[in-house]
Amino acid sequence: MVNPQKSIRLALLAGLAVVPLAQAGDELLDGINAYREALADGNPSELVAAEGEELWKMPRGPKNASLEQCDLGLGPGVIKGASAQLPRFFKDTGKVQDLETRLMTCMETLQGIDPQAVVKAGWLKGEKEKMAALVAYVVTASNGHKIRIDMRPPEMKKMYEMGKLAFYYRTGPMDFSCATCHGDQGKRIRMQELPDLRTQAGAASGWGSWPAYRVSNGQFWTMQHRLNDCFRQQRTAEPIYGSDATIALSVYLAATANGGKVVTPGIKR
Amino acid sequence: MKKISTLAFCLFAMPAAWAGSEDTYAEFKAMMDRSFKTTGIAAKHRMYQLDFQKACSQDKQPAKAEMARIEAEQLKTIRYPADGKYFGNWKEGEKIAVSGRGLTWTDKTPHDNGGGCYNCHQMSHHEVSYGTIGPSLLEYGKLRGNADDVVRYTWGKIYNAKAFNACSNMPRNGDAEILTEQQIKDLMAFLFDPASPVNKK
Ligand code: HEC
Ligand code: HEC
Repeated sequence: MVNPQKSIRLALLAGLAVVPLAQAGDELLDGINAYREALADGNPSELVAAEGEELWKMPRGPKNASLEQCDLGLGPGVIKGASAQLPRFFKDTGKVQDLETRLMTCMETLQGIDPQAVVKAGWLKGEKEKMAALVAYVVTASNGHKIRIDMRPPEMKKMYEMGKLAFYYRTGPMDFSCATCHGDQGKRIRMQELPDLRTQAGAASGWGSWPAYRVSNGQFWTMQHRLNDCFRQQRTAEPIYGSDATIALSVYLAATANGGKVVTPGIKR
Repeated sequence: MKKISTLAFCLFAMPAAWAGSEDTYAEFKAMMDRSFKTTGIAAKHRMYQLDFQKACSQDKQPAKAEMARIEAEQLKTIRYPADGKYFGNWKEGEKIAVSGRGLTWTDKTPHDNGGGCYNCHQMSHHEVSYGTIGPSLLEYGKLRGNADDVVRYTWGKIYNAKAFNACSNMPRNGDAEILTEQQIKDLMAFLFDPASPVNKK
């Protein structure tokens, strides 16, 4: 299977060089924003999504089946708008699941693929690379939809509460929590603007624009990947892929973003 | 790793002002416990909170008295330089301020860290890529002078920011062993030396 991530990377880096690096702050930000707009016409995620579509339809795993009957919450096989309503509570598993853990359930039940094969793989390697492609395909079908998280099930309410506690949980050698970097209006780290994820507007732009293609390293990142890297910057221990803490945080962010617009796959610095 | 001994191992105790039910909080702690793993130098025990971290883990700050209690406790951790010399080399200090590396699970050793000061502070005349989580420190020495109390306060703030603001977003660089005494001296020189780009255009 081709790896479009690597092939587009060079072209994009060439484009980045146009942005003068040693300019005054605001100009630099303007440059990056302009660059983002330029890219928005031809989203480099399209290639990853195309690969994901192929994977969705391809018989795979011990059961040699495709994912076409996968139920992401709107019925078997329905992907249009599905990720705009995730995470959600699923009766069949008895769990609140985000897109990635739900896809793992489908891979297991339909294809016989062991979820640990995804959990244990390195980022953008093996089953995680395939997961990223599937995610790119699925979220493209929610682009432009409204974030609509069903908060009625008590399981969702509980996860929201847990996610909020996790958001403010300060720990580790630097005493950081998510709120240290995302708990105030209009802050940045170096040149990177930080959304205030406590507010509807901030969460809508921060949650609603992921998963995303990252221009700086030419990689498509899922939301689990994004959260993992924020925990790395937070200097905590490493969150286990798909663990409840990551789902709870996702519920907190998505529910706070409710009503906002999905722009996925996003394009990031 | 002297800090482990002072870790609050009360996994199931709730923060004082926590309004939810005790069951929910116990469930939360259990969730955190099963959701993280040791990777490289980032050990699982990093998920267990110190008492003050717990007190500062809400959307509102703790009550005034609690803040004062934490600050008094944190103040006791500050070690001033044994040789009485507060200033090192500002050029080294600048490198430490620029570097945001260290203490993640992709770092090889816990002993070779940057200060990451530019992540949060404007500092010098020539570095335009700075964060805004903390206040601007531009012309720090020029604006404040170098009287003993200013020098001691600044050392203390870098060593343990929580001694002056219980729930400060700024790390405890000395107390948490992020930076060495020598590195803090170099940063002090960077902030105060008239020749450093913090003070000189
Ligand atoms: C030490 C700083 C830091 C901490 C702590 C941190 N983040 Fe982040 N976060 C960032 C930075 C920087 C970015 C932007 C990254 C980029 O542009 O590459 C970001 C981006 C994000 C985004 C995407 C926002 C967007 O608009 O693209 C989300 C969502 C997010 N973080 C959630 C979290 C959560 C949840 C936590 C806690 C588990 C957390 N972050 C902790 C620094 C941090
Ligand atoms: C994650 C954010 C963050 C980082 C990293 C950080 N600071 Fe701070 N700093 C702050 C904040 C916020 C304040 C404001 C006071 C407070 O709340 O503690 C502050 C205050 C200060 C002050 C006192 C300013 C005054 O007017 O009293 C000094 C000096 C200082 N920082 C130096 C440093 C140095 C040197 C470093 C790097 C070793 C550093 N800071 C790293 C967030 C940070």
